[in-house]
Amino acid sequence: MFLRNMGIIPGKAPTGSDKGGPRSTTNLSRRSFVAGSGLFVVGVTLAGCSNYVEPDIDANAFDLPNPGDSPLTQVAGGDASPALWIAIDEDGAVKITCHRSEMGQQVWTSMAQIVADELEADWDRVEIVQAEGHERYGDQNTDGSRSVRYNFHRLRVAGAAMRKMLTDAAALYWGMDPSECSAAEGLVSNSQNSDTLSYGNLAELAARLPVPAEDDISLKKPGEWRFINKEIPSLTIPLITRGQGTFGIDVDRPDMVYAVVARPPQVFGRVGRVDDAAALAVPGVLQTVRLRDAKPPALFQPMGGIAVIARDTWAAIQGRNALDVQWIDGPNAGYDSISFAEAMKRTARRPGTVRRERGNVRAGIARAAQVVEAEYYAPHLSQSPMEPPSATAHWTDDKLECWACVQDPQTTRQTLADLLEIDKENITVNATWLGGAFGRKSKPDFVVEAALIAKEVGKPVKVTWTREDEVRHGFYHSASAQRLEAGLDADGKCTSYLHRTVFPPIASTFADGMATPTDGEMGLGATDVPFAMPNLRVESGDAKGHLRIGWLRSVANIYHAFAVQSFAAELAHAAGRDQKDYLLELIGGARTFDPGEEGATYPNYDASIEDYPIETGRLSNVVEKAAEMARWGRDLPSGHGLGIAVHRSFLSYIATVIEVSVSPEGMLAIPGIWLAVDAGTVVNPRHARAQMEGGTIYGLSNALYGEITARKGAVVQDNFPSWRVLRMGEAPRDFEVTIVQSNTRPAGIGEPATPPAAPALTNAIFNATGHRIRTLPIIGATGSRLKLPETQTA
Amino acid sequence: MAKTLKINGKTETVDAAPGTPLLWVLRDHLKMTGTKFGCGIAQCGACTVHIDGTPTRSCVLPHDSLEGSEITTIEGVEGDAANLIRQVWVENDVPQCGYCQSGQIMAATALLAENSDPTDADIDAAMSGNICRCATYMSIRRAIKTAASRA
Repeated sequence: MFLRNMGIIPGKAPTGSDKGGPRSTTNLSRRSFVAGSGLFVVGVTLAGCSNYVEPDIDANAFDLPNPGDSPLTQVAGGDASPALWIAIDEDGAVKITCHRSEMGQQVWTSMAQIVADELEADWDRVEIVQAEGHERYGDQNTDGSRSVRYNFHRLRVAGAAMRKMLTDAAALYWGMDPSECSAAEGLVSNSQNSDTLSYGNLAELAARLPVPAEDDISLKKPGEWRFINKEIPSLTIPLITRGQGTFGIDVDRPDMVYAVVARPPQVFGRVGRVDDAAALAVPGVLQTVRLRDAKPPALFQPMGGIAVIARDTWAAIQGRNALDVQWIDGPNAGYDSISFAEAMKRTARRPGTVRRERGNVRAGIARAAQVVEAEYYAPHLSQSPMEPPSATAHWTDDKLECWACVQDPQTTRQTLADLLEIDKENITVNATWLGGAFGRKSKPDFVVEAALIAKEVGKPVKVTWTREDEVRHGFYHSASAQRLEAGLDADGKCTSYLHRTVFPPIASTFADGMATPTDGEMGLGATDVPFAMPNLRVESGDAKGHLRIGWLRSVANIYHAFAVQSFAAELAHAAGRDQKDYLLELIGGARTFDPGEEGATYPNYDASIEDYPIETGRLSNVVEKAAEMARWGRDLPSGHGLGIAVHRSFLSYIATVIEVSVSPEGMLAIPGIWLAVDAGTVVNPRHARAQMEGGTIYGLSNALYGEITARKGAVVQDNFPSWRVLRMGEAPRDFEVTIVQSNTRPAGIGEPATPPAAPALTNAIFNATGHRIRTLPIIGATGSRLKLPETQTA
Repeated sequence: MAKTLKINGKTETVDAAPGTPLLWVLRDHLKMTGTKFGCGIAQCGACTVHIDGTPTRSCVLPHDSLEGSEITTIEGVEGDAANLIRQVWVENDVPQCGYCQSGQIMAATALLAENSDPTDADIDAAMSGNICRCATYMSIRRAIKTAASRA
């Protein structure tokens, strides 16, 4: 089919039954093509004008100068050239390129909403083309809850520019002034008569017109939005309900074989003697491939080991079970996470490195009428998306093509180029759908594995990680020990606050021996603490990494919010005050502040502090809203408690109230959760609510059950019984979300609900039972579900 | 060694090693990838199919034990309960990433076919074997109740 395309085809066209390529949605058209006539009948919009037949525009009939280069390559956020983002078929299909990875946050839908709104597209004709990994798209790293924030403006500009070009094309065809023409729902109409021209018909002529400059483009006002801030249904879900759509693990290539890898139990362990005779005797096993040993720093390199290649995944797994491998200990063989936790706690009791300071905390505490001290510990966690890592690689001569569930296809491409020592131009990385990610799939080690193995095998190879592989060989959320101290005056008012945090930094994965928490991690809930007391100090303590440490949904915010928001409730208790009231007092009056003015190096989620200031009024507002939703202060049945926590992360403000009930036998239930979020402009409130629920439950699952431990350097847990996660029966009965209506700059949605979940829960348990939980997980992997340990209900 | 299986009403001949679980026969041999791998030990429910109408974990189910059985997967599940579940799943945007949802839909369809008015406890019992890391649990519960109100 002839494609009337805006210059280039962004990404790749859908590939039909070929499961290698990125997929596109196919929506049914409201318009029908009249076979053989070459004409479109526009039935819906032109009801009442039944004699009008849209003329077929011949773009070649217009003598137009070369349109020149796009002036929109450098708008705020990056390249907004329509050719990069939008292609319109002659049949009217509007193909929007999504350069971010779809992992359940509905980024296909939200990116399309932004473009289609300004484009005035007919939503039913919108299709998605998933971009490959390439610099032309700008940042593609789908983490940090920033897809909308980074791209909102430039995608609006791209859509509006395309709308103007289509409108100008119609004006040219009709011989009218563009001001007499306007676009809506995929049609251009004019003020002189009732004729209309459809986008598909106009596309080729529009493509020959110059791209307007940003100053010549008018963006719609929020009141004019038709898709943005509307509950537009997901573009992916109709496919999901039929088992369609291609995840990384679903990729299929002609002549493909299947691989699993036996990896050293410890990070930087090595392969010793190998006997693969029994593995090769397993029916279906084809060969084994020895991977090179990993060397520090970890980066995104594979961890080495032996790959077993077979004609199906099951045979590969059986072959791996039959391998006889002697592993050689590496530098992390001595790592024991339990004793390391004690070492981190000792570090947290000693003065650390000052990362932010106001007033004089020591003097303040010395003068205090009451001193409160508390220590908190949170363990390593695994991201555990339901789809484990999986990647397919295919070499054709010196060219490499990969298909994988990656959060960042660009970094994947660069990593492949670096580690395989080939030119990036010879590498194509196709991002599939991601069956969950939560940070795991921002690390492309598994794609490099597939590429290394495929090179040896000489065929397309799909590497699948089993659940055991995912749990035992991951990039783990850092374990942390924290100590907080505060001084209260005679009225119970907090005058001095000290927070010391100790954890192996993510930087330890990228530079051997790196042990100092980075400014970025400190800015996730520690140095940006919003409290107003006159004396405040935040310190860090060093800890070395012995597992690969990596990002997990909301990252260091998890343990920082747990400690800070638990401690806020502890102070309220010490002062004999209500948790919510005391929290508001700690936050103080409405103001903006910059931690940089008190000595912090504060990245503010890579946003400028002017564009996205820390606004304590927005924090207090969501506290009040969540409390109101939960009817905070109401009479509760015996054994029930309400807990509250508030946290700013990813530039969004979220307060969560959780109600728990604890039976005399220690059985915990969660009757209700109430959450208020202020994330600025929200593109899709329905999907934002889903992220609020999902992010909260993710945090609760970790707080209740999540714990990765290591013995002799090897992770102990292996699959869902020992790495326990929350199930349907433990989910709250009631979950209400309020989204603060706002037209300010959009902020994060995917991650910020996670940090307040754990402290809201433990604060509620305290109010129900009087027991303060300072060590996570609350329950752990053993014992019956939702049964609180006796030590925690006493 | 070839076995004949009846899948979604069609007869399929597969040549996999004895004992190979149905999951991998579906995914790797028949290229029916709607049924997902999640844990391999019948703990997460992502691989749920219907065997003679009963929701069953295909990751631990030897395919060679299934000759003569009616095997139904997400690609082929039809009928009033399946149609209703798909409808409410789409209306409510139940899935997030969608990876576990084939199993969720197979479990919910079987529940609704058997019990047209499930309580919270019935839903918990029928669905607690299906893990969702995106935590669509509340949406699933709401959607099943919506479906039940129309059943």
